[in-house]
Formats: sequence, structure tokens, C-alpha cells
Amino acid sequence: MTSEFAVEMRDVVKRFITPEGGEIAAVDHVTMQIKNGEFFSMLGSSGCGKTTSLRMVAGFEWTTEGEVYIEGKAMGHTPPFQRKVNTVFQNYALFQHLTVFQNLAFGLEMEGAKEDEIKKRVGHALEMVQLTGMDRRKPKHLSGGQQQRVALARALVKTPDVLLLDEPLGALDLKLRKEMQLELKALQQQLGITFIYVTHDQEEALTMSDRIAVMSNGKVKQMGTPVEIYERPTNKFVADFIGESNFLEGKIKFISKSEARVFVPSLNTELVGMPISEGLVKGEEIVVCIRPEKVRITEKNAINQNMFRGKVANTVYIGADTHVFVDLQGTRLKVWEQNRISRLDPKSFYAVGQEVWLMLMPENTLVLKKD
Amino acid sequence: MNPFRRSPFVIAATVLVYFFLYAPIVGLILYSFNASRTNVTFEGFIPAYSENVVMDGSLVKSSPCGPFHWYCDLAKNNDVTEAAGNTLTIAFTATIISTIIGTMAALALQRYNFKMKPFSQLSLYIPIVIPEIVMGIGILTLFSQFFGWVNETFNLVGDGRLSLGIATVTMSHIAFMVPFVTLVVQARLQGFDKSYEEAAMDLGANEWTTFRRVTFPMILPGIMSGALLAFTLSLDDFVITFFTNGPGSTTLPIYVYGLLRRIITPQVNALSTVWILVVFFAVLALQILQNRDSKQHS
Ligand SMILES: Nc1ncnc2c1ncn2[C@@H]1O[C@H](COP(=O)(O)OP(=O)(O)OP(=O)(O)O)[C@@H](O)[C@H]1O
Ligand SMILES: [Mg+2]
Repeated sequence: MTSEFAVEMRDVVKRFITPEGGEIAAVDHVTMQIKNGEFFSMLGSSGCGKTTSLRMVAGFEWTTEGEVYIEGKAMGHTPPFQRKVNTVFQNYALFQHLTVFQNLAFGLEMEGAKEDEIKKRVGHALEMVQLTGMDRRKPKHLSGGQQQRVALARALVKTPDVLLLDEPLGALDLKLRKEMQLELKALQQQLGITFIYVTHDQEEALTMSDRIAVMSNGKVKQMGTPVEIYERPTNKFVADFIGESNFLEGKIKFISKSEARVFVPSLNTELVGMPISEGLVKGEEIVVCIRPEKVRITEKNAINQNMFRGKVANTVYIGADTHVFVDLQGTRLKVWEQNRISRLDPKSFYAVGQEVWLMLMPENTLVLKKD
Repeated sequence: MNPFRRSPFVIAATVLVYFFLYAPIVGLILYSFNASRTNVTFEGFIPAYSENVVMDGSLVKSSPCGPFHWYCDLAKNNDVTEAAGNTLTIAFTATIISTIIGTMAALALQRYNFKMKPFSQLSLYIPIVIPEIVMGIGILTLFSQFFGWVNETFNLVGDGRLSLGIATVTMSHIAFMVPFVTLVVQARLQGFDKSYEEAAMDLGANEWTTFRRVTFPMILPGIMSGALLAFTLSLDDFVITFFTNGPGSTTLPIYVYGLLRRIITPQVNALSTVWILVVFFAVLALQILQNRDSKQHS
């Protein structure tokens, strides 16, 4: 392969004229480098520009500014049929007037493959997605999950270097979706193809991806491995969007090379030994972020530092965890406690109104810029 | 069960609708076997006795063709066969051309955004809503002005002169059929997702192959409906044809109109009956084709 990157987007902008006559930037200065053989996800809520980004890679849409590179080659206005990427569409877009076999054969005929070869490759692809024997059916006569597999096989039979998938599992029910997630991931590893996967389901993205780009309003808010994205969000948006977080607004009182002291007005105290991140300065307004499962809850004050006294406002039992809501002088914090012991006895857990201490351990806390 | 099924109102409405729709047709067919030449009252069927037609005043006493006397008469009438030929030639040519133009227009209106789009869309409705006679006069004026100018400018004489004929009728039929085809195909395209075309291109098909292998087969039923509508419109068009035909381009409606102005013999009924049968079987065949088609697709 000629390039280290299977697909690269350099400072890509896509503007649309809205029906009202205005202009919106669906994709706003996006730069992404997707490595060969990587399972790369674009994650974001509806309308953040995921599909538009994918469509620019496929060639259905041209960039307004910037450039898309596939295997190091600038794509410019190269039409879709000359790009060595294939797409699995969200609505599958199976040709209704053709059988499953003909749907799969379509792409091979376009390559000018011989009849024997087509038969062989289609058979192999159907086997790969466990649809052997369905080749003479029309798409209408398949279940949603089977149609999804046909769409996948139709793209894979072309042996592309890069497969683009736009919410391919969106239409499936939860159980089937979980199964397909694992199958897709296994298939990707087995074939060694680069996957660019669009989803708005964060669990899906975290489960399957090697790397994730979290998008919002046409911009990439953070790019990284699932662990990085979850454990080290670089801004409040990502901390809020991925999983759940407690946020405390504050101001940097003192900052050194290794740690910061933060004043939190709502608690009228200082947090000490806070980790720092790039670009923070003294006096800056910031947010302190801590995941609910990382807050320690105890019945007495143990170490006196970064400990806060509060009252249990509510507890919700949800099986594996219990969610405890604690009021600290008017600020409410979520705390998730794992149910390591049986909670059958009500006394085994905190009662509403009970006084507790919360401990914010510096290594589990993040100090983030205000967006 | 449907609560309206037994309602006397529904039954009465049904009977009335069928009566007004089909009674005239049944009457028309019956009178095509009339023994009376004047065809005012039904004088019974014609018996088949002799080798020659025997007439008694306006009554046909007997004929070698029997009750089908007027049909035999019709077959011998060269004017009718010529008119039928013209009608079919015009209908087929105009249908093919207007279907192609109308389909292209529908595709363009569906997939491209351009400044004049609202105007283009509106301009499709105008030929449909304005009275046909206005359009007929308009087209006639256009042709005569243009032909006059061409004949004058190029000093055309004799057979070389441009004049009204099959070509002008065909052109004007195309002109008024295109909007119908466009609207019918457009309706069909509403449900056509562009991702099918994108999928085809994604799999390596260029624009033309995509159209041929994916778009066209998928919208074919819509195109067929448009073409069928255009064909029937052309077959029975009177007003526009009336203004744009010339010597040698008489169509069946024009011919029937001419007959009516002289004397209404049962020949007209025989002609109409044949016509109805042809259209009936054409529509039936198309229905069967479409049914088989949709069964294959489902
Ligand atoms: N052809 C278009 N014309 C005008 N605006 C468009 C067009 N396509 C997309 N947009 C706008 O661009 C923005 C991004 O759209 P996009 O489809 O990329 O979102 P998405 O992230 O895929 O969302 P979803 O999760 O809902 O699919 C949206 O605000 C959308 O309205
Ligand atoms: Mg989308």
C-alpha cells in the first residue's frame, strides 16, 4: 500500500444551501487520519455531520473546502465508481428488482469478472455472512437482519480496501444488533479491511472501535481510542456525551507543573492536587469533571482532603449498580455504587436523608476548559 | 364486515354509475347490428340469406355477412382503414417520443435544483388546465405562421411546401402529452430513493449503466402508466387533431365526426365497437403484464 493511511480528510468543509436559502456547514474543518486495517468510528448525535463526512469519502458529495485522500491519492471530483471504497447503506439500498445473487453479482459484473468467478466469489461472500441458499430470493422476502447481511456481502464481495458503514445496524432490534456488532468486528479482523463506521450509539462505538472520532456540529471534538475517549475526555462536551459525568464549576486558584488547586464556589471549598491539562492558566474558569462510578462514598470523613459532607437525596436500585444522589450544599452529585453484596436487606444500604461523605480522588478527576 | 356494504344508498349509487357508464356502450354495440340504415330505432338483426345485400328502403333484408353486415361494410371502406392507420401511427410515434421526453423531464425535476424549477413545474400544469380548444388554435396559429414564413422565405412550391399533415398532428400530440407523462412518472419517482443509484455507482457502475440497470427497471411501471395514458389520450384526441390535421392525415375521431355530419349509419357503431374492443384488450394485456411484473417483484 502506498500510504500509511487508508483514508485521510484534510481540513474538510462541506457547506449546504438550506431550503430556506441560508447556508450551513454540515462538516466544519474536519481532519481525520484513518490507518490501514483500523476499525474507525464516527460518533455523534443526529445532524452532526457523520453521514456527510462518509458521503464525501464515498464520492457522493464533493468537499466545499479541503481534500479527501484515499490511500494517499487526492480524490478531488473522482466519481464513486472509480473509488476503491464500498458502502453499506443505512437503508441497505438493495436492488429490489434483482435477486440476492444478482445483487451481489452486480458489483463484480461492473469489474468485468467472468461468470465462473462471479459464481465463486458470490458463493463465498454469502457463506461469509451465513446466507448460503438464499441466493435466489428477492430482498423483499428477507428479514431485516438478512437484508443487512446481503448489503454487507454486496459490499464485501468487491474486496474493497475500505468499507464505509452508515449506521448499518440502526434498523435492527437490540439483541440482533449486539450479535451483529460482534460478527462485524470479527469479520473486520479476519479480513483486515479498514472499516469506517458511523453510529450515534456510543456503546456500539466503544465496543467495536479501535479509534473513535466524537463529532458535534460538524466538528471533531475528540479523537482517540475508546479508553482515551472515556477516561480522558479533553473537553466538557465529550465528557458529557460519552457516559455520564458530574460537573462542578470552578476557578483555578493556583497551578504548578503537575497539579492545580481549584476553588469551587458552589461548595465554597478548594479541591487540591487536581490533575492539569494543556493550556490551563491561573484564574481561568473551568469545570471539574468526575464520573459517577469514580466518586467514593463513605460514612465517615477519612482523610479530610477533597472530602465533602452531604445528604442522600435518593437511591435507585438498577440491578448491578445502585445510583445514589447526594446533595452537597445544594449541588447534587450522582454516585454509582456497585452492588457487590446483596441489597435485599434495606439496612445494607444508604437511607434517604442519611449523612455521607463523598471523596473526589484527584486521579479520577479531570479539570476541563469551559466550552 | 364493511358496514356500508348493504346500504341502499351504496347499492343505488353503484347501479347508477354502472348504468351511466355502460348503458351507452351496450346500446352502441347493439345498434351496430341494426338492420336499419338510418339507425334511429332498432329494427332487429340482419339475417344471412343471399350472396348479395338486399335492401328494402332503408332496411337491410339480408346480407352475406348476416348481423355483421356493417362490419363487412366497414372493412371495405378504404377511408376508415386509412384513418385507423393514421391514428395508430400518430399514437405510437407520439407516445414513444413524449414518453422519452416526459421521463427525462421528470428525472431532471426530481434530482436537480435550478433557478427556473418552480416555473418548469408550473409550466407542466398549464397545458393540462387550459381548454384544449385554446391550445388547438394556438398550435394551428403557430404552424401556419411558421410554415407561411418558411414557404415564403425559401420559395417552396408544390409538394415541397410545408403544410399540415401527420407530422403536425404528431408534434401537437407530443406537445400536450408530455406534461401528462411527466406528472405520472414524477409521482412514481416520489418513492424512488436516490440511494439505489448511489449504491449502483458505489459498486462500480457509471451513470449510464446505473440508469440502464437500476433506475430504469425500478421506475419502468411508472413509465408504462405514463405511456399508456399518453397513448389513450392520443387515440381519442379530437380537438387538437381537428385544428392540426391536413389532407391525408384524417384520424378516426375526425373521420367519425365527418360521418356524423352526413348520416349516422350503423357503420359508425361498428367502427366504435371495434375501437372499444381494441382498447379493451390493450388495457387488459397491460394489466396482465403489470400483474405478472409485480408478482415477480414481490
Ligand atoms: N443535501 C443537503 N442539503 C442541505 N442540508 C443538508 C444536506 N445533507 C445534510 N444536510 C444537513 O447537514 C447536517 C448534517 O447532516 P448529516 O446527514 O451528515 O448528519 P448525521 O450526523 O448523519 O445525522 P444522523 O445521525 O441523523 O444521520 C444536518 O444539519 C443536515 O440537515
Ligand atoms: Mg446520518
